[in-house]
Amino acid sequence: MTDAARDLILEVRGVSLSFGGVHALTDISFDVRRGEIRAIIGPNGAGKSSMLNCINGAYRPQKGEFIFDGQPIAEVNPHRMASLGVARTFQNLALFKGMSVLDNIMTGRTLRMKSNLLLQAFRLGVAEREETAHREYVENIIDFLGIQAWRKTPVGTLPYGLQKRVDLGRALAMEPKLLLLDEPMAGMNVEEKQDMCRFILDVNDEFGTTIVLIEHDMSVVMDISSRVVVLDYGRKIADGSPDEVRANPDVISAYLGTEH
Amino acid sequence: MAHPTETTFPRVLMQHAAQRPARPAYREKYLGIWQTDTWRAAADKVRSIAAGLAHLGFKRGMSLAVIGDNRPFLYQAMLAAQALGGVAVPLYQDAVAAEMVYVLKDADVRFAIVEDQEQVDKLLELSEQVPDLHHIFYIDPRGLRNYDHGHLKPIDALMAMGAAHQAAHPGFIDAEIAQGSEEDVCVILYTSGTTGRPKGVCQTYRSMLGAGRGACQVDGLNDQDDMMAYLPMAWVGDFLFSMAQCMASGFTVNCPESRETVSADMKEIGPTYYFAPPRVYEGLLTSVTIRMEDAGRLKRSMFGFFMSVARRCGADLLDGRPVSTTDRLLYALGNLLVYGPLRNTLGMTRIRVAYTAGEAIGPDLFRFYRSIGINLKQLYGQTESCAYACIQPDGQVKYDSVGVPSPGMEIRIGDNSEVLVRGVSLLKEYYRNPAATAEVIDADGFFHTGDAGVIDSDGHLRIIDRAKDVSKMADGKVFAPKYIENKLKFFSFIKEAVVFGAGRESIGAFINIDFEAVGNWAERRNIAYSGYIDLAGNPAVGDLIRECVEKMNEELSGEQMLGHAQIARFLILHKELDPDDDELTRTRKVRRGFVEGKYRPLIDALYGGLGEQFIETDVRFEDGRTGKVSATLRIHDARTFAVQGGRS
Repeated sequence: MTDAARDLILEVRGVSLSFGGVHALTDISFDVRRGEIRAIIGPNGAGKSSMLNCINGAYRPQKGEFIFDGQPIAEVNPHRMASLGVARTFQNLALFKGMSVLDNIMTGRTLRMKSNLLLQAFRLGVAEREETAHREYVENIIDFLGIQAWRKTPVGTLPYGLQKRVDLGRALAMEPKLLLLDEPMAGMNVEEKQDMCRFILDVNDEFGTTIVLIEHDMSVVMDISSRVVVLDYGRKIADGSPDEVRANPDVISAYLGTEH
Repeated sequence: MAHPTETTFPRVLMQHAAQRPARPAYREKYLGIWQTDTWRAAADKVRSIAAGLAHLGFKRGMSLAVIGDNRPFLYQAMLAAQALGGVAVPLYQDAVAAEMVYVLKDADVRFAIVEDQEQVDKLLELSEQVPDLHHIFYIDPRGLRNYDHGHLKPIDALMAMGAAHQAAHPGFIDAEIAQGSEEDVCVILYTSGTTGRPKGVCQTYRSMLGAGRGACQVDGLNDQDDMMAYLPMAWVGDFLFSMAQCMASGFTVNCPESRETVSADMKEIGPTYYFAPPRVYEGLLTSVTIRMEDAGRLKRSMFGFFMSVARRCGADLLDGRPVSTTDRLLYALGNLLVYGPLRNTLGMTRIRVAYTAGEAIGPDLFRFYRSIGINLKQLYGQTESCAYACIQPDGQVKYDSVGVPSPGMEIRIGDNSEVLVRGVSLLKEYYRNPAATAEVIDADGFFHTGDAGVIDSDGHLRIIDRAKDVSKMADGKVFAPKYIENKLKFFSFIKEAVVFGAGRESIGAFINIDFEAVGNWAERRNIAYSGYIDLAGNPAVGDLIRECVEKMNEELSGEQMLGHAQIARFLILHKELDPDDDELTRTRKVRRGFVEGKYRPLIDALYGGLGEQFIETDVRFEDGRTGKVSATLRIHDARTFAVQGGRS
C-alpha cells in the first residue's frame, strides 16, 4: 500500500445505482482522507442521500466498489458497515421518540456491548461494570453536546434542533471511524446552524473523527469542509477545495441555472 | 462544631481542613454525578494552584482574574491567589471581550484562570489590548487542542507545576499564608455601573469575613448547610455567599452542571440555604402556575383551596403568630397534599432560609413562598458594603422593607432621603480612584448608597428608588420612577417597564411583555403569533397590558404620597431590553439615560399625542454580530383615577 492510499479511509470507485429506469447515481468515484471533513453537495435530487445510503450499506449499487480502511468491502450492508466503524445521522431523524435522551444515545453503544442478554438482564458483575463504562462514555458525549438539562427527557418532546443533537450524539456513541451526516443543518434557524457547525468542527477536532456530510446549503458547507464533491443529476460535476468548487462554472450553473 | 476564628480566607480554609477534613466543601455535578471536594481536598488543590502560580512569578499584591460559570476550581483559584497575598478579580462570564478590557487593564491582570474555550477566545482576542496578560489557564480542555499553548495551559499543568514547586520548597505556601493579614484586600469587585466606567471595589478580609460572620449569627448557618452557587461569580452576592459565608460557616457550596440544569440540580441537592433575585422566584412561580393550569380539575381545585388556606395562615405559622386550630389542621393537611410536594418540585424541601435582594419583590410573590412554608426573607446592601447592610431577622419579615441594620452596621437617612451606611462591611476604597472614594464616603465614615429610602415605625428600612432618579414633575410633585416600574413588574405579564415623567405634565411608560406568560395567555385564547415582535404588537395583548396598567393606576390612587403618579399613556416595546444592547446592566437594571436617548422618537410620540410610531434599532447578538429590528408601535391611553383623600 502506498502512503497516499494509507491516508485514505474510504475510496468510492465507479459506483452506479439505479431504481428501475431511474439513474440515481452514475459512475461516481471519490475518496475520503483520514481526519478530513468531506462534503457532498448538490441541488435537490442530485443523488446525495443515495450516495450516503450506498456508503452506509442501505442501498446496494449495481456497479462499483468501496474500499474502506484499505480493505475492499465484499458485501455492503448496514450492520457490516456499522461494525467496521461507519456511523450515520438521518435527515428526518430516526430516534426512539418515547425514550429519554440518555437511552437513545446509549443505544449507540449496543454494538460495543460484550456481555450477553442474561447477564445484562440481571445486572451481573461483568454486565454492571460494562454498563458503567458505557454510561461514562455517553456522559462525555452529553457533556460535549451540552444537553445535560435534557438527559431524562423523552426525545419526542424536545425541539427539533435538540433532537438533531441527540441524533449526532447517538452516532458519536459508536466511536465511529467515519461519520456520515445527512443534512445536519436542515430545518434549523441561523443560531442552531451555527451551533451545529461548531459541534461538527469540534467532533472532528476532539475525537479525530472523519466526517462526510451532505448539505444543500452551500454557504454552510464551504466554511467547514476541507474538500467538496458536487453531484448533479446523479453525476459528479466537480471535486476539490471549497474555493475551487465555488469557482467551477458547472457548479454555478447547476445551482443558479445556465445563463441564456 | 465551632466556627473558624482565623482572619483571612486561606487561613480559614486551612482551619476547616484541620477541623472537618472529611466534610464536603464543594460539590460539582460532572458527567451526571456529583463530585465532592472535601475540605482537605480543597485545601490541597488550593496549595497546588498557589504553588503553580508562585512558580510562574505570581507575587503578593498581584491580581488573578477568574472568568466562568460557578466551578469549584474557580473558587479554589481565588483562594490560591489570596494564599500568596494576591487579589481575586472575578469577571462577568457573559461579558463580551470589549467589556473585559477595562477591568483587565485597570486591575493590572497578568494571570487568568478561566472555565473554557469561550472565555479563552475572548482573552486571546484581547491579547494586543492587554499585553500584560501573560498566563491563561483553563479548566475545560474541549476545543482547545489546536491552540498555541505558549501562554495558554490547562489547569492540570498549573497544578503539576505546583506539585513540583511544593516538593522543592516545602513550607513555602504555609509561610505565605501566614503572612496574610485581615487588612489585606482579598477581592476587587467591579460595579456594573449604571453610569460611567466600572469602579473596582476593594474589599478586605475583615469586611468580607465580618459580613459572612454576621449572616451566620442572624441565621445560624453551620457546616451542615448546603447552598447552590449559580449566580455570576463577579457579583458581590456570590462572593458573599459562596466565599465569605462558606468560609465563616463551613457549609457546602454546590455548583450546578450547567446553567440550564440549575432547577433539576437543586432538586437533587436540596439546599438548606438559598439566594435568588426576585425574577428567579417569579420565574419559578410562573412555571408552577402554568403547570397548574394544565392540570386536571381535581388537582386544580385542590390547589386552589389549599393555597387559599395557605394565604390565610401560612405566613403567620412561619412567624409563630397565633392561628386557629381549624386552620392549623387544614394547613397540616395542605402541607401533606400540596405544599410539601410543591416545595419538593421547586427543590426547596430542605430550605431553612431563603433570601432575595437586588430589586423590590411583589407582595403576592413574597406571600406565596412564605405561605407554603419557605422562610423567604430580604436583605439589602451594595458591592461597597459586601451586600450586607440590612437583613430581615426571623419573625420580622415584611415584603416592602429590606429589614433592620445587620449586626455591626448602622443606617442613617441623609439629604434627598438618601440611605447612608456605616460599619464592618464597608469597602476599603475604589481601586486607584481616591476621588471616587472620597465622593461616596463622608467625614463621619458613612457610605452614600445613592438609594432613596425611609425608615418605618418598626425601624425597618424601605427603599423607594435611586436618590438621583427621584425628581419632580412639572407641577412640582414627587416622581419616583422605580416605585411605579416595580408596581408594573409585579404583574406576571410585564417583564420590564421604564416610566417617564420628570419635568412633564403626565407619566408615560415603555413596557416589555413577559414572553412566556403572555405567550401562554395567547395560546389559551387561540391567538396566533410568530415571535416576540408579533406577540408584542398584537392588539389583544395591548388590551391585556392596558388592564394591568389601569389596575395599577387604581391601586396607586389610594396612596396619598404618590397617588398622582398614574400612567396616562404607554406603549409595548417590540424588543426585550437587553444587557447586550447596553439597555440593561449585567445585573438587569435599566440604564435609564441610555434608553431615553435610544428611543427618543418613541418618547416624543408618547407625549406628542401620536397614535403610533415607527422605530428601528440596532441589536447585538450573543456572538457579537449586530443587526437591526424595526416595528411600528401603537401607543395606548390608560384610564387614570382620582386620588383618594388627596386635595387635587
